[in-house]
Amino acid sequence: MDAELIAMQLFSGVALGAILVMVALGLSIIFGMLGVVNFAHGALFMVGAYAGLWIASLTGSFWWGLLLAPLLVGAFGMLIERVLIRPLYKRSIDDPLLLTFGLAYVLVEAVRILFGNEGMPFPTPPELAGVADLGIGYFPIYRLFVVGVVAVVLLLLWLGLEKTKFGLIVRAGARDPQIMRVLGVDVAKVWLLVFGLGVGLTALGGVLAAPMRSVDPEMGALVLAEAFVVTVIGGMGSLVGAVVAGLLIGIAISMTALFAPEMATIVMFALMALVLLVRPQGLFGKPGRA
Amino acid sequence: MTKGLPTLPITRRHALAGLAAGTATLAMPGLLRAQSETIRIGFPTPLTGPYAAEAKDQVRSAELAVKLVNDKGGIAGRKVELLVRDDKLNAGEAATRTLELIEKEKVHAVVGSLSSAVQLAINEVTRARGVIFVSISQSDTINEVKDFSRFTFHEALNPHMTTAAVAKHTFKPGMKIAYLVADYAFGHEILRGFKRAQAAIGATSVGEILHPIGAPDYSTFMPRLRAMKPDILCICNFGRDQANSIKQAVDFGLNKQDRIVVPVLLYTQRLGIGAEAFEGVVGGANYYWRLQDTLPSAKAFNDAYKAAYSGAYPTDYGAYGYTGVSSLLLAMAKAGGTDTDKVIAALEGLTYDVAKGPQHYRKCDHQSVQSVLVLESKAKADTPEEADPFRILAVEPASEDILRSCAELGFPS
Repeated sequence: MDAELIAMQLFSGVALGAILVMVALGLSIIFGMLGVVNFAHGALFMVGAYAGLWIASLTGSFWWGLLLAPLLVGAFGMLIERVLIRPLYKRSIDDPLLLTFGLAYVLVEAVRILFGNEGMPFPTPPELAGVADLGIGYFPIYRLFVVGVVAVVLLLLWLGLEKTKFGLIVRAGARDPQIMRVLGVDVAKVWLLVFGLGVGLTALGGVLAAPMRSVDPEMGALVLAEAFVVTVIGGMGSLVGAVVAGLLIGIAISMTALFAPEMATIVMFALMALVLLVRPQGLFGKPGRA
Repeated sequence: MTKGLPTLPITRRHALAGLAAGTATLAMPGLLRAQSETIRIGFPTPLTGPYAAEAKDQVRSAELAVKLVNDKGGIAGRKVELLVRDDKLNAGEAATRTLELIEKEKVHAVVGSLSSAVQLAINEVTRARGVIFVSISQSDTINEVKDFSRFTFHEALNPHMTTAAVAKHTFKPGMKIAYLVADYAFGHEILRGFKRAQAAIGATSVGEILHPIGAPDYSTFMPRLRAMKPDILCICNFGRDQANSIKQAVDFGLNKQDRIVVPVLLYTQRLGIGAEAFEGVVGGANYYWRLQDTLPSAKAFNDAYKAAYSGAYPTDYGAYGYTGVSSLLLAMAKAGGTDTDKVIAALEGLTYDVAKGPQHYRKCDHQSVQSVLVLESKAKADTPEEADPFRILAVEPASEDILRSCAELGFPS
């Protein structure tokens, strides 16, 4: 085993984790602020990929798909929050969970009706096709691009939450919505935007993943399971946790694939079990929350 | 003002037809009705999941075979009906659907499946119930005496004959082969077949990596496969997995350093993913439409398919649906109905040429003796016609010599 191979493997893991981070972030934001366990999150990842493909084929450009699909699906997410989820806030936590669970099935079947069962190819945009020589080995340029986009999105998200008034309201609303209401903040509007943001992030993950994996109606199922593992390891509701755990899982899968490929799918669950035993609230979670 | 008033989707024509049918049923004596009873064929296949594209083609071709027979008046005056069910690529689901087809729908035979593991589950059910099953998915196990059912006929190629043909035209003495293998029955059988062929040819294996079925991302395997520095990267998986793994191997530049070989080169996946990723990939096939250049039966099949499906060509796995159902219906016609023992005897004595040259079911294991094609995916520049992406490198003729002997499979000689 030479060092170059291990370095390449680490890098593959980061690229793999980058997509997971996008999905897990949305899941975590929505749970952290709204207390909704969004089981439709994987399906919305898939819808994002299809929306990207659809827009790219209409406009002839991947870039429009990358830009517009997350906005479009994010808006669709806001519609879901406003029409379907909001009436359930006063009920038990299980109700939105069941609703989103059913919604996932509806979305998958709708996509099957519209685009077929077989899935569709999503060609790598020509500007980003090819392989780059990293010095330690060759790596697809597109995967480097994905890591770059995710890094930029994370930076913007951090700035937005830490440095803007809206971010302040969001953070405060997550801690104590009651007080926020008393202070005259329209919490309902904040939650609407937060849900849309979370859905937009997973849709972006879907569009980014599409040229690597092609697009199919089932693509969200596995991603959802992985994203849940990431949020549990990182701590439910913790954004830093989602980022760290997402990259950690990507690297763990990648390194296991190198030494024991058959174990690569199981390793993240083993890791989750370990974290739950040692630190039940997750790496960055606050005790007592879920 | 229609609110609250349910409208029934019944037109005058429907009503008249129903009335006529009702009268006919009343007028018909019981015996006659049994004779004119429709022949029902169950068709479980994974309409959803990573093999959906190939399953869809299986259904289209199977429906074509049924339609052609019905257009000629059916079998012994009876119409044929295909009952398609989604087995979701899941052995339990397939067993349940098959049982349902047998118990509730009273099917006379089952054709279908697309996954060695799922196929064996269906085989269990049909064997226990004494129902004829024409399996159209690759399997070596189904030939072996342990899993043999006298009710089962294996229309698909098996991994042994496929890998032998592909290896013969790609592996050379002294070559280094790396394997990426789907971790389930089909992948394991294909790997076993290739390694048997590799040993006979004098090539060596430099590594084998197993991946879970339906995996979307193969990037974590690529640096290691590259470091193995193989002459041939042999990707032993199926359906969407084939397209995704080949595309990602090409993304990582592996095709620049070695040649990619697959057990079955899939028409649907190649059309889906495009010429660039598949360029130079070599693999086996049961059928390719360009066989029509030399075979009249292929021409007839293509023409019928194109007429039924707006000019599209039949695919490899699609052809299984056609040859499988056709062989069964030919045997039923010969047997004069659906009597299980008579149809089995007819299938055993049948020689048929419906799409790819003469075929027959070998007596001992009911494996269809047939030709194996070796195909190469052409470069974009060499593909003026979108629908013609492959070049036929070789056709291994139908012969029992390319199968394992009955004795090796455990049958008494």
